[in-house]
Amino acid sequence: MIEFFIENASSFASDIDNLFEVVTWIIGFWFFVTFGTFVYLLIRFRRKKGVKAQYVAGEKHSETKWTHYPHYAVIAFDVAIIALNIFVWVDIKQTLPPRDNMIRVIGQQWSWTFVHAGPDGELDTSDDIATANDLHVKVDNTYHFELQSRDVLHNFSVPAFRLRQDAVPGRTINGWFKPTKTGTYDLQCAEMCGYGHGIMGAAITVHTEANFNETMDQIKKGTYESHYQKRRGTKTEAPSKISKENSKSTFTDVLASIF
Amino acid sequence: MSQATTAVQKEQHSEHHQELSFLYKYILPLDHKIIGMQYIFTGLIMAVIGGYFAYAFRMQLAFPGEIVPLYGLVGPGEYNMLVTNHGTIMIFWVAMPVLIAGFGNYIIPLMIGCDDMVFPRLNRLSYQIFLASALVLILSFFVKGGGFGGAWTAYPPLSSVAEYSLTDWGSSLWLLAVALEFVSFLLGGINFITTTMNSRAPGMKMMDIPIAVWFIVIAVILFMASVGPLIAGAVMLFMDQRIGTSFFLPSGGGDPLLWQHLFWFFGHPEVYVVLLPTMGIVADIITVFARKKLFGYRTVLYTAFATGGLSFVVWAHHQFIAGIDPRMANVFVVTTVLISIPLAEMMFCYIATLYGGSIQFTTPMLWGLGFLAAFLIGGVTGIYLGASAIDVYFHDSYFVIAHFHYTFFPITIIGMFAALTYWFPKMFGRMMNETLGKIHFWGTFIPFNCLFLPLFLLGLAGQNRRVYNFLNYPDLARQELHDLRVFATMSLVVMLLFQFVFIYNFFVSMFFGKKAPNNPWEANSLEWSIPSPPPHGNFKTLPSVYRGPYEYSVPGRESDYWPQNEPPKK
Repeated sequence: MIEFFIENASSFASDIDNLFEVVTWIIGFWFFVTFGTFVYLLIRFRRKKGVKAQYVAGEKHSETKWTHYPHYAVIAFDVAIIALNIFVWVDIKQTLPPRDNMIRVIGQQWSWTFVHAGPDGELDTSDDIATANDLHVKVDNTYHFELQSRDVLHNFSVPAFRLRQDAVPGRTINGWFKPTKTGTYDLQCAEMCGYGHGIMGAAITVHTEANFNETMDQIKKGTYESHYQKRRGTKTEAPSKISKENSKSTFTDVLASIF
Repeated sequence: MSQATTAVQKEQHSEHHQELSFLYKYILPLDHKIIGMQYIFTGLIMAVIGGYFAYAFRMQLAFPGEIVPLYGLVGPGEYNMLVTNHGTIMIFWVAMPVLIAGFGNYIIPLMIGCDDMVFPRLNRLSYQIFLASALVLILSFFVKGGGFGGAWTAYPPLSSVAEYSLTDWGSSLWLLAVALEFVSFLLGGINFITTTMNSRAPGMKMMDIPIAVWFIVIAVILFMASVGPLIAGAVMLFMDQRIGTSFFLPSGGGDPLLWQHLFWFFGHPEVYVVLLPTMGIVADIITVFARKKLFGYRTVLYTAFATGGLSFVVWAHHQFIAGIDPRMANVFVVTTVLISIPLAEMMFCYIATLYGGSIQFTTPMLWGLGFLAAFLIGGVTGIYLGASAIDVYFHDSYFVIAHFHYTFFPITIIGMFAALTYWFPKMFGRMMNETLGKIHFWGTFIPFNCLFLPLFLLGLAGQNRRVYNFLNYPDLARQELHDLRVFATMSLVVMLLFQFVFIYNFFVSMFFGKKAPNNPWEANSLEWSIPSPPPHGNFKTLPSVYRGPYEYSVPGRESDYWPQNEPPKK
């Protein structure tokens, strides 16, 4: 159901989507049964002349079974949801699968720094490549990330990957993801981080192997054009109602003066 | 009757024998009814401010960068300030004062049949501190740097370091206001619990207390038990802000996550603190207008205790992805999903109450039923967020916003209108206009759904909270998503316009409405046995209670209600 609104571009995205769908069926069933009963009772027992209401205390077993039996069913469904959820959670957050590559993600007010491990796949070596607001990854590689923050809380969130993790200053948080579809996606800060929180975005590009190496070469040579800038430049003004001057609020100017 | 009440009565009688001057009657009252109304009116004024903020930032989202009529340009700093204070105001300065302090003060002594709160002076002080807290909050919008903009959860280090938040005094005043507000509710809470436990009319057993009173008392117990850690946290945060300690700063050996634990240890019970009073009020309303005994009084009461108890062990579901140990999340998933068990049972009991009734769709009943319908959506969507794996995607997204507005809007706004329209005849001695009341109900309820249903879809599309302009994100700048934003904003504007119907109805009815009889709804509880509005001291002679509050349509009786204080025939 979520794919309808946004692509799923990582290995665990469909796990989350499927869990969402199962829970939707369960919840939808309860919602329509409860809401249907509610509306039925309202119509069936609306005030009619000469009809007196019944006296039901709801304390005898013959009466309480009407609330207790559905209630046992709720408990059964709860257990099912908890069990399914723990399976998915253990997979995506609690365990780290073997890695193919490493990146370090550093949040600060109000931009992202990404350190790519380079060809040797290890961080803190001489072939590391750092970029600002542009993250490049290879498709079908399992990435481990080290998430850090320089000042306040940030949140490394890539909706297309169904990935989200807070960055806490003073700590390194480890996690993983495995992109499965090439393309460029939004990367947002999802934890209130102050004045510029609303524009603390970045672009994450999933490349094929060849493409990735080419981009890395461009970055080294300095001929690289930021995907983030390019994307914002072409797509930001998309809604027809907003004229170009208007969508550029004073804020961009303020930021330009800060950096 | 306990000694405490006798003492209070004596004190009151000696002091208030003669007619009170305006100052002592309305500005510095000891009468619980006037204090209750002070709370309600202050809360309503704060609700106007909170609604105005919502209008300003919703307009910015729909028409980014344009001048908002009646507000002006909403920049990013201002946007943060607006969302932060919208949340803070609606929870701490609207939901709590109106539903707990306001109606709690007004109805508890009337419903349990006593003359006033046990500690009237404490009660007055509690309101005065509350008023001060509201003024401090409003002051914080106008200091240098503007109001606090670090979200209502105030996570440090953003909230503790002025260089990060850019609102030096804004953050401190905000924190001070919240702390003052807690002090006020602690004082009020002591009063509510003591009054209900000690001053009930003779014959009123524990199981004869109306659910509305019970639930306010349970809410207050939850509040008082959970607020301690947060007050400790607030003091530490204040010291971090003003004298440079580093309780929450990693560079000085502190831990930002500590605040989150302290905050949510309070913050989750707080959800039930505001839920329960409305739940209780709705229980009273649906029984009156369905002419039915509440289905399973004891079950409803025990499920409330169970919900309250469980609410203390679910807090970390706000922190699944905040950097806590992922293994810990599993425990909190179990407790969080389990909370659906008592709440589902409570909901089933409410719906079962309608069975076999004679349902009359008056304005208060519409609000009560509207609450149940809307809260049902809010309740079931909570399951998604309690499941940690789904929360990975939905955390801090618009799905969360839609979910908690489907709980908080019914609780705060619908519950407030339910209570106001239900007790209006008692409070002001006049009836409200039913036609205008119904127009106002539908004019609020339909736009409310049009406003928040699209936000679920935006959440599914990956739209995160607290972002002042989504057009900066190409995946979110798509035309169809933007149309949803505009639609939601327009619904809000329509909803706000319909509130003028209520304001008109409220004030015109207050002065020119039809005179209300003592018991216009033919209800059982004690407040309806005295004149509307009740005189100072409430009851001429203290009533005796012979039965529970929900004895409607008892077989073998001619009338379909049986007031609690009517003596049984020999």
